[in-house]
Amino acid sequence: MKIPYYPGCTLKTKAKNFEISSIAVAKSLGVEFVEIPRWNCCGAVPSLSSDDLIRHFAPIRNFIRVEEMNKAGIVDNEYRMVTLCAMCYNTLKMSNLRMRRNKEDLDKINDVMYLETEHYKQDVEVVHFLEILKDIDADKLQKNIKNPLPDLKVSPYYGCTLLRPKEIGIDDPEDPKIMENLLTNLSVTLVNNPLKTRCCGSYQVVSDKDIITSLGYDILNNAKRAGAEVIVTSCPLCQFNLDRRQKDIIELHHDFEPIPVLYFTQLMAFLFDLGEESYGFEQNYIDPKKVLNRKELVSN
Amino acid sequence: MSNKLILSDKNVEFTEKVNEISGEVVTLCEQCGTCSGSCPLVAEMDITPSNMMRLVELGDEEVLDTKTFWVCASCFTCTTRCPRGIDIAKVGEALRQIKLRKAIDRIDIKNIAEEDRKILPQVAIVAAFRKFTS
Amino acid sequence: MRIGVYICHCGGNISDVVDVKKVAESIKDNEGVTFVRDVEHMCSEEGQKYIIDDIKEHNLDHIVVASCSPLFHEKTFMKTVEKAGLNAYNFEMANIREQCSWCHFSKGSATSKAIDLVNMALAKVRSDIPLERQKLPIGRRVLVIGGGITGIQASLDLGDSGFEVYLVEKEPAIGGKMAKLSKTFPTEDCATCIIGPKLADCAEHPNINLMTYSEIESITGYLGNFTVTVRKKPRYVDIDKCVACGICADKCPVKVPDEFNEGLSLRKAIYVQNPVAVPRKYLIDEKNCKRLVQGGKICGICEKLCTQGAINFEDKEELISFNVDTIITATGYELFDPEKKPVYGFGKYSNVLTALQLERIIATGSSGPPLKPIGKRVAFIQCVGSRDEQVDRENCSRICCMYATKLAQLLKRLDPSRDIYIFYTDLRAYGKGFEEYYKRAQNAGIKYIRGRVAEIREDSQSKKLHILSEDTLSRKMIEGEFDLVVLSTGIVPSSGSEQIADILKLARSADGFLQEAHPKFRPVDTLIDGVFIAGCAQGPKDIPDSVAQGSASASRAMRLMNKGVFEIEPIIAFVHNDICDGCGLCINSCPLKAISIENGKAKINEVICKGCGMCIADCPNDALDLRYYTNKQLMEQIDEALKTKKEGETRIIVFADNTCTYRLADNIGTARLSYPAETRIIRVPSVSRITPKLLLYAFKSGADGIFMGECDNRASPYTGSVDKIKKNVSLVKEILKKDGISEERLKFAELLASLLTDFYKHITELTKFLKKEEPISIEKRERLWEIAKNELFSERVEA
Repeated sequence: MKIPYYPGCTLKTKAKNFEISSIAVAKSLGVEFVEIPRWNCCGAVPSLSSDDLIRHFAPIRNFIRVEEMNKAGIVDNEYRMVTLCAMCYNTLKMSNLRMRRNKEDLDKINDVMYLETEHYKQDVEVVHFLEILKDIDADKLQKNIKNPLPDLKVSPYYGCTLLRPKEIGIDDPEDPKIMENLLTNLSVTLVNNPLKTRCCGSYQVVSDKDIITSLGYDILNNAKRAGAEVIVTSCPLCQFNLDRRQKDIIELHHDFEPIPVLYFTQLMAFLFDLGEESYGFEQNYIDPKKVLNRKELVSN
Repeated sequence: MSNKLILSDKNVEFTEKVNEISGEVVTLCEQCGTCSGSCPLVAEMDITPSNMMRLVELGDEEVLDTKTFWVCASCFTCTTRCPRGIDIAKVGEALRQIKLRKAIDRIDIKNIAEEDRKILPQVAIVAAFRKFTS
Repeated sequence: MRIGVYICHCGGNISDVVDVKKVAESIKDNEGVTFVRDVEHMCSEEGQKYIIDDIKEHNLDHIVVASCSPLFHEKTFMKTVEKAGLNAYNFEMANIREQCSWCHFSKGSATSKAIDLVNMALAKVRSDIPLERQKLPIGRRVLVIGGGITGIQASLDLGDSGFEVYLVEKEPAIGGKMAKLSKTFPTEDCATCIIGPKLADCAEHPNINLMTYSEIESITGYLGNFTVTVRKKPRYVDIDKCVACGICADKCPVKVPDEFNEGLSLRKAIYVQNPVAVPRKYLIDEKNCKRLVQGGKICGICEKLCTQGAINFEDKEELISFNVDTIITATGYELFDPEKKPVYGFGKYSNVLTALQLERIIATGSSGPPLKPIGKRVAFIQCVGSRDEQVDRENCSRICCMYATKLAQLLKRLDPSRDIYIFYTDLRAYGKGFEEYYKRAQNAGIKYIRGRVAEIREDSQSKKLHILSEDTLSRKMIEGEFDLVVLSTGIVPSSGSEQIADILKLARSADGFLQEAHPKFRPVDTLIDGVFIAGCAQGPKDIPDSVAQGSASASRAMRLMNKGVFEIEPIIAFVHNDICDGCGLCINSCPLKAISIENGKAKINEVICKGCGMCIADCPNDALDLRYYTNKQLMEQIDEALKTKKEGETRIIVFADNTCTYRLADNIGTARLSYPAETRIIRVPSVSRITPKLLLYAFKSGADGIFMGECDNRASPYTGSVDKIKKNVSLVKEILKKDGISEERLKFAELLASLLTDFYKHITELTKFLKKEEPISIEKRERLWEIAKNELFSERVEA
């Protein structure tokens, strides 16, 4: 299955490991990510004001690319656009929803973007890779596991943008199960962090690191107290705030034991034994290899 | 913050401006405090989110001098739980916009440390600049 | 035909604007008019006397009064006309005050409109025929559904008054939720102590047939003639033999969570619902009993031990049918399922309970170790499942502020060292003694924190609960560790209410509770004659209000049954038997199922039919009609409304439903708001009566625009009318569009009598729009009528 793929800026650089591992995992499951040609930055956060339509241009141009891909036969009647970055997912989907609710806004935008070859026809669906994985049979997932880690204690961390606001959320914002179900199908041990949907601080990290340190400390501590050995996430900003910024947490709390935070696709790539090149662990600040290799030895 | 507010047309205008930009009706707020209880960043704020809503309801422009809506990370937990169905995150955005549209930026790239600029993911920088600069 | 016409000056209210003499002059020679009189005040004794004397002197057989709104004095004038020996339905009114002199300020156009309105009334009265209010016998049997405190009160009032009551309760014992409570607010009476005598009275009452562990299977029929079928569930214990000694339960090997104790304790598969249950008889839970689930000769210990031979594993459910004359629905409430708010951790955290669970802990407190230990620091969280859009429960549940105050005080008294907090949004202490009770709680040191708790976290070691909430009064964020958190869950409609609503076709309010006939004046009636609602089935309330409604519904039922006969409203549908061909297309058009086919013709059940008229549009032969508002009468009114239209003038016909829109048009006049005088309002009980054919007839006869207004679904006394009207309207809009006529000429709005600006806006916008449009050509109008006559039903099949 070929599906249009929107990477977003961060996945090409600071979160390249997210992209590499995801593409490898998808491929092993028969899903080919076809990168959208000439994609542009989505804007990172959705426009929340009622009166600044200009901020919707960026997402809409990406939707038009998907329509062009279909027209050019690059994909076959596939109007879903898969994203990995949770923030891109949120921003794109919010724009799409706004256009669906206010046809006049879309008309205005289409009018202004007269240099585009197509008018956006509101037929693109923004989906997250987790939703694609939800539709794949548990058996198929199981068959691909070459490196089982049945007593690896994994705690999923959702953050905000996958779940809120409710109208674009991938699952119930108070009690989501989509990552849990995936991890169960991957036969690892599930650990519940009561703060799994608590915000990591997001963009506040740019101007106020202390906020991130405080929030991260809470989130990670709760995961550890529940027994977690690794944390998986789907957002490059959450990953940065919880992983890279453990440096600040350790500086403040000398007794804090670091815990690896990786993208769920990195974990999957490891479980599927897709090869070192697809794990991308070099970009992780707290090295997951230590924990994963230890577990591998134990289970072997 | 002063402890007196004399009601005038200016208050009405301010409330209506916030309503317009946010698309919400702030007078629906029943001051239950759920938003404050849900906010992961409330400890960093000078006034609580529901206090911010109260001042907007009354049309008190002193709310623009607080840092509450700047500390907001747009996590939407308040919106998800508001029993009156108000999108408080949008109200916060409206307050940011009112300040930013006066060309008053909240952050300056010069104030971001060199080493941070090297490691910060793009999504954080783009997001921060969209939220905090005009 | 000898018609007498009266035109009222209304002390200047009419005559200052409308030239009354001119109106009298214009109509005095019209067809059938024998006598015309203008009077200062028609409603006065003098005016009434005129009618009676003139009828005698001039041998009048029909009367038209042109004065204020019929919603004001129609009943009065009808009585006067009857006193003079005529049938009340040979009478019509023309509304030349609220809908003319009060809202149109140009004397010229007001007077012309008044003349038209009188002519419209004349057109209708000419076809009025005498109608009788049919009298039907009614007996003294009542079905009360629900054996909680409300149903019990209603049953006792009725039984004591000599009426025969069938009290059907689906649980094994009566008493409802009240039997589960510890003490009641604000007096702190012991709930079981005060309800005990009532339960005993009910069970022993010679006039009450108590059927417990029974459910309503079906109800058919109508006032005075309901046929009820009850399904008596099998107890597997013969209640005539059981003496409730309890040996069976002692030795039963199966333990399951006890529902009466809200899952906090265990009961056996053979059990009695609670120690003071009425009737105090055992029953076997067929889902958990080993013998009943696995069959054969498994277990059977209870049967072996019972000294009375009361166990009967062969018991079967029984269907019992009987007839009743009236029904009272007192199906109570359920509590909001706190698992719908996962943020509070109910079901996950062991120290989070519901208020009802706490009631059981306190109620059973004196008879042994507590069902669950309660620590020192307790938090109550209010509004769980109330006032919350996120779980679609916007209503306030009324009792939670008070029950939390009560539970807090009881806990404090049991252990004064406790530290108790109630986290609330607003404190509702509205009833008798409530505010004083709240003050007592505060006096006892119970702390009220004005902040709605957003989430709870559990310490995995200590199992204590952590709450962070804003105190909106001090604006501080309050943090605390609690030994116990009690969720004050809200009242939601019960599943029983929903089942009965489906069976009886009862309307529901927006909040899901059963809907009363009128929110102010008929709080326990429904729009179905003979069916009443009472207690929490109608909406959240406390015990005294439930008891009041129990008695109120009993009294309303007695009012209907006492005289032994009841009258049915004659304004209902009827069949032109000479035209009807028995095709049966109309059967499914009635939401009340009032139409059937008998002897090859459609037959209307005159007791069930409420006279909305929506069936009329479904008859391809025009065989269905509505009394007092016949097709002929409507067409003639339309003719009169448009006859005087001048070249270049625009005329709008407004079809107004009696309950809301007509009243709304009156209210606009009363408020002296002005709207275009080109409107001519035609009153009908429900606008669903206005068929597509009539709409097209109006266009054919010269209407430039048509506006239709009907109550919205909540306020409408006619089930399904709004949906029917929408169907009729979209059909006609299609036809208009196909013929190149703007569909904006036809407008429908759901209105309420209070929405003055809405009506005003619709009419003025429509008028403005029409003035800009090219008038519809005569050819197009004729074409519309052709379609109406020949193509409506084939159109229907396509659409």
